[in-house]
Amino acid sequence: MDFLDMFLNIGFWAATVRMATPLIFGTLGELICERAGVLNLGIEGIMTTGAMVAWMWVYQGGDLWTAVLVAAVFGMMFGFLHSIFSVYMGLSQHVTGIGITLLATSLSYYSFRMLLPGVTTPPKITPFQELPIPYLSEIPIFGEAFFSQSPLTYLAFVLVGVVSYVLYRTPVGLAVRMVGENPMAVEVQGIDVYRVRTGAVMVGSGFMAVGGAFLTISVFDAFYFDMINGRGWICVALVIFASWRPGKALLGAVLFAAFDAIQIRVQQSSASFIPYQFFLMMPYVFSIFALIVMSRKAAYPKALLVPFRRGQR
Amino acid sequence: MLLEPRTHTPLWMTIIAPIAAVFVVMVLCSGLIMWAGAPVLQSYIALAKGAFGSKFAISETLVRATPLMLTGLAAAVAFRAKLWNIGGEGQLYMGALAATYFGTGMVNLPAPLMIPFLFVVGAIAGGLLLLVPALLKTKLKVDEVVTTLLLNFVILLMANYLLFGPWKDPMAMGWPQGAPIVDAGILPKLIEKTRLHGGLIFALLASVSVWLVMSKTKWGLEIRAVGLNQDAASFAGIPINKTIIRTALISGGLAACAGVTEVAGTKEYLTLDISPGFGYTGIAVAMLAGLNPLGVIIAAIFFAGIYNGADSMSRAMDVSNYIADVITAASLLMVMLAVMLTRMRIRFS
Repeated sequence: MDFLDMFLNIGFWAATVRMATPLIFGTLGELICERAGVLNLGIEGIMTTGAMVAWMWVYQGGDLWTAVLVAAVFGMMFGFLHSIFSVYMGLSQHVTGIGITLLATSLSYYSFRMLLPGVTTPPKITPFQELPIPYLSEIPIFGEAFFSQSPLTYLAFVLVGVVSYVLYRTPVGLAVRMVGENPMAVEVQGIDVYRVRTGAVMVGSGFMAVGGAFLTISVFDAFYFDMINGRGWICVALVIFASWRPGKALLGAVLFAAFDAIQIRVQQSSASFIPYQFFLMMPYVFSIFALIVMSRKAAYPKALLVPFRRGQR
Repeated sequence: MLLEPRTHTPLWMTIIAPIAAVFVVMVLCSGLIMWAGAPVLQSYIALAKGAFGSKFAISETLVRATPLMLTGLAAAVAFRAKLWNIGGEGQLYMGALAATYFGTGMVNLPAPLMIPFLFVVGAIAGGLLLLVPALLKTKLKVDEVVTTLLLNFVILLMANYLLFGPWKDPMAMGWPQGAPIVDAGILPKLIEKTRLHGGLIFALLASVSVWLVMSKTKWGLEIRAVGLNQDAASFAGIPINKTIIRTALISGGLAACAGVTEVAGTKEYLTLDISPGFGYTGIAVAMLAGLNPLGVIIAAIFFAGIYNGADSMSRAMDVSNYIADVITAASLLMVMLAVMLTRMRIRFS
């Protein structure tokens, strides 16, 4: 297959943007948590929960946009639970996160089984339809690829700007960044470190859940077990790749998705001599390589992983 | 709200904490059982019976506890050094792959040599797999949580490729499974007419050995010192990176042995479902045990009982057996909280 053909192909770019969407939500969410000093390894489970509850909401007759909201609320609930352990109790963020992932995943599977007992083939819903933006979507290639997407994809791109603005241009964003760098200094200002961190973890977790929801109510029309398939962990890697900056997170997610789209197309054209499993490995291997390249100069938020305990140094 | 360290933690508190945590989890999960429309008490009785109610149930629980002890030890050792090895699942499959590679006819030794040989090659393979993230951590400061997690997916896909491709047993009627382990490599059965195999003896010995190493040797002291305070350990002359690498080799090796017990003991050939998440459950095992290698034995049997009990409860009561995963995850979180409360007290001001 000719690579030039592929890069001029609208389908390729449209697929790239589509595949980047859940990664953008997840990476932004993780970024917000880590900027406030909390590593949120609950991401994989929270995305699973978002995928399940949003799909279930629509399946039970709910509206698509309400489903997005419901997913976000569930994500925020798990974020709150995370912060009880990691922020208020100051427990290991690694173990808390893995615990939240296991809990959110198993609760989602349990609820799915309870609400739909005895279902073998996953039932389907009507997902979000493409929403071409007038005029913009008529630009050849570029417009057709970028402006003929699911409304949630536009939301993801808009949120990159919003998060950027809030983090760097508002007092709230300043507080979030400060509790991730020097919580003591924030405390001195009379701002409650616990509340800022909890708020950031909750909002971030809401983002993650919407990323999961995108998969079930926009890309696919059904919920499958194991459908997140490591996307959450890839987002954690992407945050480091993006050096904790929203703009770079967007770039990273799109690059990663483009790489994934290339991999799928090459896989289809040369399946005969390279086993498909090796192509499926590539996103994970690529993430590890991205980490290796970026980690040397990674400037972690200084208080990341450090619990804050009031009255202690 | 303030958290203050306790000056002294009484022994009873240390013992009661995990038990109390599990009790709270059981109470919370009764809500899920009620949601399923089943009577709570009878459901838990069905669960207990399925786990420990008969000789057969006990043997099955011990079969399931065997790999959990090993993955639990792997997590306990690594977490002591604050090496966050979340790759137990991948290391388990690595051990299973190594056992299959060497144990299906490539090497022929008499049983007293063959079985140790399989454990050794398995442990080396698993140790080497964790060596990669450990080296990346010590040399290039790459966070090991993400790399170990991502490697789980890579190894599973590798196993998938091998079992659908070159290693597929032509005698298996098209199922993706490996060739059977040679007779000399099969772990002997401990009790007739049960699946209980010698892997349990190995896991128990491993627990005791790890306990000895961790509490009685210089290596153990170094591992714990690195976990408690790297700067202080370094100041005391402990080679930090060397200790982390050593911890990684031990931890990865232990998790890989769980793969060996499953391939050479429980199944007798490699399949893609030899582990229903043993690597991840091992983390819960280690936490419930308070990272104590001897506690891992009890914690592994407890969680194995929950899983097997939940299977029989789901048949009897129509409660989805995913409840076992919920109980495991909730216990992991609750135990962490309970252990913290034995060390700290909460002051409301």
